[in-house]
Amino acid sequence: MLSPLTLTVNGTRRDVMLDDPRVTLLDLLRERLALPGTKKGCDRGQCGACTVLVDGRRINSCLVLAITLDGAEVTTIEGLADGDALHPVQAAFIEHDGFQCGYCTPGQIMSAVGLIAEGQAGDDPDRIREGMSGNLCRCAAYHGITQAVLDATRRMDADSKRTAA
Amino acid sequence: MSDTLVQPTRFGSNSGQPITRRDGIAKVTGAATFAADNHPDGVLHAVFVPATIARGRVTHLDIAAAKAHPGVVEVIHPGNCPKLAGDPESKNFMFAFRFDALQNSNVRYANQPVALVLAETIEAATAGAALLAPQYEAEPARVGLDGGVPYPIEIGAFGSPVQVVHGDIAAGHYAATKTVDVIYETPEQYHNAMETHAVVAHWDGDHLTLDMPNQAIVMSCAAYGFYFGIPAENVLIRSPYLGGGFGSKAFVNGPQVLAILAARMVGRPVKMMLRRDQMFGPTGHRGATRQRLRIGIDDAGSLTVLDHEAMATTSTFDDFIEGAANASHGIYAAPAIRSTHQGVRVDIGTPGPMRGPGEASGSAALECAMDEMAEQVGLDPLEFRLRNYAETEPGTGKPYSSKALRECYAQGAARFGWAGRPLAARQMRDDNGLLVGWGMGTALFPSPMFAAKARAVLRADGTGLVETAAADMGQGAWTVLAQIAADSLGLPLDRLEFRAGSSDLPDGGVAGGSGHTATAGGALHTAGQDAIRRLTALAVADPASPLFGAGNAGVFARDGMLHVPGDEGRSEGYVDIIARAGGAAIIGTGSAGRSAEDGERHAMYSHGAVFAEVKIDPDLYQMRVTRLVGAFAAGRIINPRLTESQLMGGMIWGISFALHEEARFDKRTGRIMNGDFAGYHIPVNADVTGLEVITVHEDDPHVNALGIKGVGEIGITGTVGAIGNAIWHATGSRVRRFPIRIEDLLALA
Amino acid sequence: MTPFEYARPTTAADAIAAWMPGAAYLAGGTNLVDLMKTGTARPGKVIDIGRIGGLDRIETLADGSTRIGALVRNADLAHDAGFAEVFPMVAEALLSGASGQLRNAATVGGNLMQRTRCAYFMDPHSACNRRSSGSGCSASGGDTGAMAILGWSDMCIATNPSDFCVALAALGAVVEVQGRGGPREIAFADFHHLPKDTPENETALMPGEIVLAIRLPAEAADFRKNSRYVKLRERTSYAFALVSAAAALRLEGGRIIAARLAIGAVAAKPWRVPGAEAMLIGQAPGPELFAAAAAVALTGAKPSGDNGHKIELARRIAIRALTLAATGTPARMPAFPASLFGDDAHV
Repeated sequence: MLSPLTLTVNGTRRDVMLDDPRVTLLDLLRERLALPGTKKGCDRGQCGACTVLVDGRRINSCLVLAITLDGAEVTTIEGLADGDALHPVQAAFIEHDGFQCGYCTPGQIMSAVGLIAEGQAGDDPDRIREGMSGNLCRCAAYHGITQAVLDATRRMDADSKRTAA
Repeated sequence: MSDTLVQPTRFGSNSGQPITRRDGIAKVTGAATFAADNHPDGVLHAVFVPATIARGRVTHLDIAAAKAHPGVVEVIHPGNCPKLAGDPESKNFMFAFRFDALQNSNVRYANQPVALVLAETIEAATAGAALLAPQYEAEPARVGLDGGVPYPIEIGAFGSPVQVVHGDIAAGHYAATKTVDVIYETPEQYHNAMETHAVVAHWDGDHLTLDMPNQAIVMSCAAYGFYFGIPAENVLIRSPYLGGGFGSKAFVNGPQVLAILAARMVGRPVKMMLRRDQMFGPTGHRGATRQRLRIGIDDAGSLTVLDHEAMATTSTFDDFIEGAANASHGIYAAPAIRSTHQGVRVDIGTPGPMRGPGEASGSAALECAMDEMAEQVGLDPLEFRLRNYAETEPGTGKPYSSKALRECYAQGAARFGWAGRPLAARQMRDDNGLLVGWGMGTALFPSPMFAAKARAVLRADGTGLVETAAADMGQGAWTVLAQIAADSLGLPLDRLEFRAGSSDLPDGGVAGGSGHTATAGGALHTAGQDAIRRLTALAVADPASPLFGAGNAGVFARDGMLHVPGDEGRSEGYVDIIARAGGAAIIGTGSAGRSAEDGERHAMYSHGAVFAEVKIDPDLYQMRVTRLVGAFAAGRIINPRLTESQLMGGMIWGISFALHEEARFDKRTGRIMNGDFAGYHIPVNADVTGLEVITVHEDDPHVNALGIKGVGEIGITGTVGAIGNAIWHATGSRVRRFPIRIEDLLALA
Repeated sequence: MTPFEYARPTTAADAIAAWMPGAAYLAGGTNLVDLMKTGTARPGKVIDIGRIGGLDRIETLADGSTRIGALVRNADLAHDAGFAEVFPMVAEALLSGASGQLRNAATVGGNLMQRTRCAYFMDPHSACNRRSSGSGCSASGGDTGAMAILGWSDMCIATNPSDFCVALAALGAVVEVQGRGGPREIAFADFHHLPKDTPENETALMPGEIVLAIRLPAEAADFRKNSRYVKLRERTSYAFALVSAAAALRLEGGRIIAARLAIGAVAAKPWRVPGAEAMLIGQAPGPELFAAAAAVALTGAKPSGDNGHKIELARRIAIRALTLAATGTPARMPAFPASLFGDDAHV
């Protein structure tokens, strides 16, 4: 049975005829929408590598059935930069060496973007550590990740104040 | 090799710079293509069925049920699986491990593949695999250090000796006025790179293309060629990015071979990505160890003997014995040192090298036992280590190629604030009433060189191209090797094209053993030198060149030009030299390795000192490492930013070893009951705070031409012991089994 | 996953009408989808209740009670300023569970329906009376370090993994449910079942019944100044509790006039201990009193395997939670919620 599914992925409307309700958002992105930037680390919500934004909130895409998301807006790592201009979180990850192998990185970055939007951690390093604890990094680039999120938070805060002024 | 390091005059300004990763943009935008991100037309998805017994045989598979599932294309099982051309039981090349690829129905460990399902979608392949519902004839499983009778091994890991004895062990024991005789245990640990083992296999006749994460790209081509009966040159491995490796992606394993077999069987490309639970079996792990350490000292606190016996688990069908006792060589000045190893055969997948193989487990036990000795005689742990500082390699008497360990101790202790540490345990509390403890450990890791080749090309437009089949599993090869290569060609980085990560390039060797930068970097360095030498020969022989007649001895390359030293007017750009010579690109080749003679002349190690602070709840015993300072001397640092990351990563692996990682077996079935990231704990971000790395300056004129040692693995060594010692210092409880658990401290309180 | 039929009703009535034996309700999916992947859950029909209207509200009712719609996301409840001010212990429990991503997806109703994390339950190749009635209990005699110490039976030694439910149990929540028989209410203490002889019978829900809301009675708001949830775990965050405790006190004139205590990760349900609560009433808070209450709280505890340490740890964490509650609710949510580490977790 085919089920029509409409998503807005990275700002682009995607109409999908889904032939299988078992398809997770993660597998939909990777195997059917040619967006493999989102990574599979555990496929069970235990590592955070698959983190994307759904309607602006960070979630584990491995634990969501795509069919349940009809009408949703999805942002993946591929949709974060503005053309060649990196998102502040992306730039900060490079600057602070917040990754090594880069495999958990799309999830880390999407999680950081979601965390900053949630506004609960601010620029408190311990709150950032706690808020980023759903993203495992086996290379253990945690020091750089925390520094990157801290730096990006401050930069984005300064930018928004400048814009407001 | 010369005895003094001549700073190569053409060694440019790229090395030593903390530049950001050259693959950074690709990795933060999702553009970096990992193996399973490939999606060739017509690709089928493969899922294997992991055995749920640890020993016995498969008696039934419901093949009809699996095949009836919509989308399932083929079920591969021992009844229809093609025979491999090369016997997976043979071990006829270096680093060959036996593996299971449906060549029979036997099960020799849990999670071994017992069937493979191919389907049009992941969903169908996964469901089809579940439908096979294997039935077994199970035999009793044997797991754990007590799962078998220890046996004498014939050869240690990677050909290392089973036993090494320096000095008179009996005399050392006899001379001791104080002794420590303790047994430490470490559990089975699983690499668990964030990217599970994956492969996209594509056959074109008898040519095979593999997109797969691989730490030994060229070497693996020969292996796959052997197993599939094709020449090595017919195998192309593309491994531009590895989502971590840690030793587990250097070897051929059953699941990946099965996916390749399947692709040939059905004539379509096949993609397989292991599920996380499938990583706990067929892809290697760190064997469990039981280590007995007997340490003797005299009245002056000097070691009289260091006697280290290790027993480690391996599979029933292959040998990889964690070389834990080797950690007691090369580190402390004992007149008598013995390391010996035994094995225990159990029903698990064969272990393999995992970040810091041997050293990590051995250092954990040694550094704790050293503190037990210091405690017994009331010596500060750092003072005790300084009293036994080895000026030359203990046992062999060889000089160290370089050793700035004293500076590591001093700088690390100063930064940590070690002075004033109370000698006795359970003396410190923080403002919240938590127990506080400080511990330290010495870090040591060998500085090997392997073999690698490289090619360097100077093109007519003045840009460079360098090639080597190096692998970047996160350590930073794309960046660090390019820095070395750019310097070797006298070019800024932005005028260098760097190719790596593919088997059609010159063999870059193995990314492992903390030797990849030195080895592949060495090959790139000599390739660049060769290209510059050829270019110089053209210039000095060309009457139209300002360098004509200069002789090639002093000419150096910098920023795309050749210069005569001391005569700045005599210089010329590469573009002009090449143009006048007819415009053909200049090609240099290089290789690296270490001669046996050079290897014998010096003892070569990276050194370090790690200082840890832990806080522990005095009632509930939850533990947290709140500060961790590591000072390391590792020769020339090509990129301080990436080096710091590597060392920190290693130290966090030390936290993981000390407090978290452990595969828990159900001894009745031999199955691992925590084979996922919810149960197999590794540190999360909140576990990491107060981490500092100091790199101590060290010039090493002997280790290799570039003076490079390794930084990938040393961070674990020293750290595990430092944390164990800090936990003792906080609580007064000495736990001799890792990871140290809440219930262990509760039981000892 | 086993193939299934998918339905997406927009009203509770339609959802209930769509139910049939073998069907499962899907909300946030963080537990159910995982169990479907491991083969632990194999629903023939998945009824997506995520679009049912009106279940995503947090509201104060006329009688002073607080009603939380079943589809409110864990994160939204924990970060709702009004809710967190009145029920800081509940917010802290929520924030100590899982990760930011999972809390954004998981619903409070789903949290109540969360299954045990017993590795043998999660593994369809192991015998498990809870997953498959009468098949046996592989956990017993196996890897038992994290298993139950209270209320277990020979049939099942699993624990309930929820943090949130421990706080709800302490505060005497009520669960509003609806089924073909209409709406009804279930006291929280009755919602989760102990295994006894029928571990497969996990909750008080009748077949096809759906959780609509959780209600916290008016008096639950009286504990806001002195309530804490504390969680012992093997890493600083993103881990299930080894043991945990929720303690809430009302203090007046240096005496305890009301008390609540529940212990987590020790049984197949959050373990509220009315006996311990009763002995606190009228007393001045202090170490001896809390130790005595904790001892009562662990009455009847016995190891179900190699987990005797959990008894002592549970006793100690009950004391800690009471001590911290008596000290007072922190002015701000701790950086590491429910953790033993941080400025708000004085020993």
